[in-house]
Amino acid sequence: MFDQLSERLQSTLSDVRSRGKLSESDVDSAMREIRLALLEADVNFKVVKAFTKTLKERCLGSDVLESLDPGQQVVKIVNEELASLMGGTGSELAMASSGPTVILMAGLQGSGKTTACAKLAQFFKKEGKDVALAACDVYRPAAVEQLVTMGGRAGAHVYERGTDADPVEIATWALEQARSERRDVLIVDTAGRLHIDQDLMAELGNIRKKTRPHDVLLVVDAMTGQDAVGVAESFAEVAEFDGVVMTKLDGDARGGAALSVKAVTGKPILFASTGEKIEDFDKFHPDRMAQRILGMGDVLSLIEKAEQQVDEDEAEALQEKMRRDQFTLDDFLKQMKQVRKMGPLSGIIGMLPGMGAMKQLKNADVDEKELDRVQAIILSMTPQERANPGLINGSRRKRIAAGSGTKVQSVKQLVKQFDQMRVLMKSMANGQMPTPQQMANLAGGGQRTPRPKARRR
Amino acid sequence: MATSWQEIVDLGSRQPGAAVAVQEEAPEARRGVFRRLKESLSKSRQALTEEISASLFDRIDDETWELLEEALILADVGAPTTAAVVEKLEHEVESGAVPMDGVAVRDRLIEILAEVANTGRAPIDLSAEPAVLMMVGVNGTGKTTTIGKIAWHLSREMGLSVVMAAADTYRAAAAEQLETWAERAGAELVRGEADSDPGAVAYDAINAARARGADVVIVDTAGRLHTQSNLMEELAKVRRVIQKQIPDAPHETLISIDATTGQNGLRQAKVFSEAVEVDGVVLTKLDGTARGGIALAIASDLGIPVKLIGVGETLEDLRPFDPADYAKALLAE
Repeated sequence: MFDQLSERLQSTLSDVRSRGKLSESDVDSAMREIRLALLEADVNFKVVKAFTKTLKERCLGSDVLESLDPGQQVVKIVNEELASLMGGTGSELAMASSGPTVILMAGLQGSGKTTACAKLAQFFKKEGKDVALAACDVYRPAAVEQLVTMGGRAGAHVYERGTDADPVEIATWALEQARSERRDVLIVDTAGRLHIDQDLMAELGNIRKKTRPHDVLLVVDAMTGQDAVGVAESFAEVAEFDGVVMTKLDGDARGGAALSVKAVTGKPILFASTGEKIEDFDKFHPDRMAQRILGMGDVLSLIEKAEQQVDEDEAEALQEKMRRDQFTLDDFLKQMKQVRKMGPLSGIIGMLPGMGAMKQLKNADVDEKELDRVQAIILSMTPQERANPGLINGSRRKRIAAGSGTKVQSVKQLVKQFDQMRVLMKSMANGQMPTPQQMANLAGGGQRTPRPKARRR
Repeated sequence: MATSWQEIVDLGSRQPGAAVAVQEEAPEARRGVFRRLKESLSKSRQALTEEISASLFDRIDDETWELLEEALILADVGAPTTAAVVEKLEHEVESGAVPMDGVAVRDRLIEILAEVANTGRAPIDLSAEPAVLMMVGVNGTGKTTTIGKIAWHLSREMGLSVVMAAADTYRAAAAEQLETWAERAGAELVRGEADSDPGAVAYDAINAARARGADVVIVDTAGRLHTQSNLMEELAKVRRVIQKQIPDAPHETLISIDATTGQNGLRQAKVFSEAVEVDGVVLTKLDGTARGGIALAIASDLGIPVKLIGVGETLEDLRPFDPADYAKALLAE
């Protein structure tokens, strides 16, 4: 959709190198690009204004002007400034020294509070804590049922008293229960409310007063636009929230709202919700978010994900095989399964830097069913065929196609692409990066084949 | 509001006999609530846009255009559409087509914004019998609530018989939420088991509507992020299932867009449109401070018009969209 900022900056500043010096007008045009990119990412207009002013001053500094690659320098500075604006490294929740830690969740309607509550419960569950939820959204039809169901999935106890009780009373009662039942954590779900709705905001203030939470979290939709600032300011005033949960970060929104909220309220983003499943919930990394806003990819998260899923020794062995060109369809199958464990491929591609620029790849949105088909084809081969795809002749192709419920043509194509990939892997394993054209050849052509996982360096 | 429900819904040859009667019976009390809400709404808007409203066009110079740009950007109109609108107005003022006069420039600006919003405007097509309306959108944009309110208007105000299909079989308690709305609207609800096939629910609902001779089938779908291709494919399948039963259905597909949405709204509308041919936008949650300028970007870039707006919690707060009124509100009259 939008070119990556880093590339736009590079091209804006590319001719500077030949002249050897960065002029003020070069910096101005770079700032224009940055301003546009940040606005497209939904960073608040006023934040953008202040930010580009600071940036400009730094970029006019002598070390940038005289550096060999000013474009690269400017990108680096932008990245640093963004990360520091977002709060440097991650922050932590405050936990109770004794008794249950109370966490109050608040936000606009549809920002994803109920889901975030359940996900947070699951997050604490994984740490071995006894978690309970309090259902204080008595307004939205079936909100209580939703929390009961989702809380159950997370393995958390849900305190609910239907929709007739007063939310402040439910919260107070739930806290008493949590105390006497010696829960470790109590997460209080509240109804979505508009920040200008005085009655409901007063109610939220009351829940806060009665339950004296250790942490108040504001749930913010990553797709929020310019209004994020106004919303955050109002909630900060009434609920004095301590941190933010960003939701729906699995979409393609750049999430500039995160930056705006942090810049205006000074409160850190603590958690990120990144998918439909209850375990798609993680601590937030400000530096990585900065890169996302700039469209620079999120290599760190990718590597982390890969590390969780991929066995170190196995990865070594595979790499050796790639180098020696002994990579078989069996290895390919194994790898594909590992990569798919990391989540939907479209998400993984988004984390790779430079992918935004490759139009062919971006449009070739990965069809998971296609991958199922590829798996079926390989599984229909004999071990000999998997080790040596050269064996596969016409009649074998027919058998494989029948066995996997696909067409002979698909089998043929898969083998052909596997051959291409093997060449590519060999060069990658030997330290050469593939050209975008090579990558696109693999991804394009109707048949989508997953690429090997990102190599760790 | 200039546009009424009767104007924005195409009922074909149907005679909405009961409708008028119900309308006339509308209690005074309800109108009172309505008026109060409208007032409180315009107050919050005014406070927020004061800086640009009154004095913006008193003196017209470079700063004027900059401030206007800022105002539109802050309303989430987005940089490209903002630039187009401001350039057009600036050009017209400089060439003398619009006199250098505060009121004239302001009026012309509202006209331009209304023109942008007006693209491809058509009524909500419910002329078929039964007519099928499908609601799509990302999570949390207000699909179920909107559907509940649409059903209420069609049923209680226009006297149509409505069948609702709870084809959101994914989100916990989504069907229960819709059930509450079905009761309020006096509509029939068709639902399936949790995690059952949403296409099957739509199929059953259409069968039920045919058997009972119902006027409209409204299909609720699960919220999904447009980036999840498998879920988008599922949505396209629901549409295909509906098409198999009634070849030209769904007759109306609406996407709900949250007014607080930023530039990503454009992507949402585009990708959903590619999957299920969206006919119009329902701009929800306009009762906050967000002005939903992304709707302008969607209209100008994709030619998909806004058809309904949600300005509050009550049933009457879902209303037909009026481009001129919206343009004025965007700049806070």
